[in-house]
Amino acid sequence: MSKSITIDGNTVPFEEGQTIMEAATAAGVYIPHLCHHLEFAPHGSCKLCNVKVNGRVCSACTFPAMEGQEVLNNTQELTDDRQKITQMLFVEGNHFCPSCEKTGNCQLQAVAYHLNMLDDHYPLFFPTRKVDASHAEVMIDHNRCIFCTLCVRASQQKDGKDVFAISGRGLKKHLIVNAQSGLLKDTDIEATDQAAHICPTGAILIKHTAYQVPIGERIYDHKQIDQVSLEKEHDQHGK
Amino acid sequence: MTKFIQDLAETHRYQSTHLLDILRSIQTHYHYIPEAAIEQLAELLKTPRTQIISVVEFYSFFHLSPHGEYEILISDSITDHMLGKKSLIDYLSKKLNVAVGEVRQDGVVSLDNTSCTGMCDQGPAGLVNGHALTHLDHQRIDLITDLINQQKPLNEWPDNLFLVEDNIIKPGLLLNQSINQGSALQATFKRGLKETLSELEQSGLRGRGGAGFKTATKWKFCSEEPETLRYVVCNADEGEPGTFKDRVLLNTYAHQVFEGMTLCAAIIEAQQGFLYLRGEYLHLYEKLQGILEERRQAGLLGNNILKQGMNFDIEICLGAGAYICGEESALIESLEGKMGIPRNRPPYPVTQGYLDKPTVVNNVETFMAAASIAINGGAWFANIGTEKSKGTKILSICGDCARPGIYEYPFGTSIQTVLDDCGASDVLGVQIGGPSGTFIANHEFKRQLAFEDLATGGSFIVFDNSRNILEIVNNFIHFFAHESCGFCTPCRVGTSLLKKQLDKIIEGHGSAGDVVALEELCQLIKTQSHCGLGQTAANPVLTTLERYPELYQSQLKKISYEPGFDLDGALETARRLAKRNDAGAHLAQVEEES
Repeated sequence: MSKSITIDGNTVPFEEGQTIMEAATAAGVYIPHLCHHLEFAPHGSCKLCNVKVNGRVCSACTFPAMEGQEVLNNTQELTDDRQKITQMLFVEGNHFCPSCEKTGNCQLQAVAYHLNMLDDHYPLFFPTRKVDASHAEVMIDHNRCIFCTLCVRASQQKDGKDVFAISGRGLKKHLIVNAQSGLLKDTDIEATDQAAHICPTGAILIKHTAYQVPIGERIYDHKQIDQVSLEKEHDQHGK
Repeated sequence: MTKFIQDLAETHRYQSTHLLDILRSIQTHYHYIPEAAIEQLAELLKTPRTQIISVVEFYSFFHLSPHGEYEILISDSITDHMLGKKSLIDYLSKKLNVAVGEVRQDGVVSLDNTSCTGMCDQGPAGLVNGHALTHLDHQRIDLITDLINQQKPLNEWPDNLFLVEDNIIKPGLLLNQSINQGSALQATFKRGLKETLSELEQSGLRGRGGAGFKTATKWKFCSEEPETLRYVVCNADEGEPGTFKDRVLLNTYAHQVFEGMTLCAAIIEAQQGFLYLRGEYLHLYEKLQGILEERRQAGLLGNNILKQGMNFDIEICLGAGAYICGEESALIESLEGKMGIPRNRPPYPVTQGYLDKPTVVNNVETFMAAASIAINGGAWFANIGTEKSKGTKILSICGDCARPGIYEYPFGTSIQTVLDDCGASDVLGVQIGGPSGTFIANHEFKRQLAFEDLATGGSFIVFDNSRNILEIVNNFIHFFAHESCGFCTPCRVGTSLLKKQLDKIIEGHGSAGDVVALEELCQLIKTQSHCGLGQTAANPVLTTLERYPELYQSQLKKISYEPGFDLDGALETARRLAKRNDAGAHLAQVEEES
């Protein structure tokens, strides 16, 4: 007999070695997340995927599924907390969706919609952050970085490079690039690198492509992120 | 510079795990980490420059821009504040002619605050180029100013400036014992390793860092791992404000601590151990190295220890100013030469610790107790204490009391007994276990020191009735916001939001819903954070809000809402553009409801 856990009371089978997130996705259960990506080693930092496992809060993306776990995911309490964590990400940086070219394709924005976030709730930090437009094809707008490390992991694990890193401590955390000048143009990044495309917000963008897909026809304009995420990730996780 | 860096890397055998040590040498030599040094190190250590930069920017004691030849840091612990730290640093700033947080124009001196330096029994305290300064007062500051202005090398400064006292006031079971070098190991080999582990089991010893995991169980788990390359790590990164017992244990009982580590190594079959010493205790470094050498000479470390065929040695690694490295998995990351970011668990260090090998991490006091138990047996220890908390606990007592210092008590001792012994009177409350612990009010002094009641890693700060609770809480909350590693959202952003929200209330800008919002934020940080730092960062607010709700409420304005920004200030640009400054061009912030 295969092993199983329950998520919100529903039985979900899992295979040895799977995380709660992997088991959930394979079973068609969406757990909100931003720093998790099925192709890379989980990071566990955004904390949107925090679930309650037998009463204890755990990150679904890193916590292994184990026989007998009773997982709570879609509860009012967790949704409220996830909404506040998302609001924290918004106030920490400078996220102005209407003027951002990523709008409609942005996972941070889509998660916020999904969690029914209607305001910032917390006071905005308005940090002073830079834009690095030095590279011919790829740019970084640090205002929108949420430190998920997906670009770091993609560059290391897929592109075989080491273009990005997160530096600093606490609120002073920031994205740095591997060049003596500190500029993207002096790194070996290319527009075809997965690291250049993986950003869940509008922090890393491919130049000259901003409005090729008009607003209104973008990924999350007509679909919720749970649907998109499951369509994309379901098969891979389920294999 | 090229040769200096080359030699340094060679001394460290080009190991990137030694990055912190290497950076410390560079920082000491150049007073910052020059860009050229980073470039050269990246080549030599075959490590991306980004990893080196991220380490430099993570630790408070490394800098990317030049700091003073004399870098002065003043401890910002609440206990230093209670001893007049604020006026002292102002005086120092004036005398040295340098602003706090700045480098003087001539580059000779820089001045800044730093988190608790572990000298709470002899503050106000500070550091000059990493060396501890104690009992700071105007006279000493005048002297220091002269020495700096004459640019006297540190080794020519008078010794009494750097004098660190033990202040052992009340020794107990452990502190009264002086064991002969090697006797714990001899007893262990004589009795047998398995038998000694079972004595440790019977002793009921639990981890002294605060979390209280059973020591024998941890060692047993580690020894049962299939991977045979294993490590012993002693956590001497006592960063919890108000704690300084490990400083004393390592100054006076180091042999016993190292013996405990060696004992652990014998049981788990480890060949390498590390003492992770907080950077603030640089003054102990040479002395401890000497003791390790002494032990090697005596056949208690190195190859074929006590002719039992056991090989084990201990290396000392210095931290560089990051409270988070007291968390065991962050400490391991730091030992590996990385930023001190707590790992995801599982796996736990006993299965995958240092370099992903099985690792036992224990507190200084735990290893010391283990050595004593190996000699005296489990019952000797278990006869003392309570049902769930066996043995004694060593406390660092400071704050408003006549005799601050080190005290050892059987678990189960009441707080009142401790207060009577240390000469505390007119007590408002006690912070037990440091900022991450609990604030207890003066009607709770019958409560006991014990894992099942008031657990503490050793910090015990007394406040008398002249103290302002909100000022204390504010100091603690600012500490956590400063020390958050920034890995997870709830702690990184939450601790800063908490700081803002508390400042708002304390400064008198809070309105009706603000205490509720404060508590809500605390709960979120507590339940959703990644590690112990975040999970306890809101405790100063939560434990005082529970006891003194009226204190918080009384800070609030009698209005239902106050905007989070300065309304009139926001109109400044508009006024300038419109060239108006009449009454109609101004807005009142709020209209007080009478």
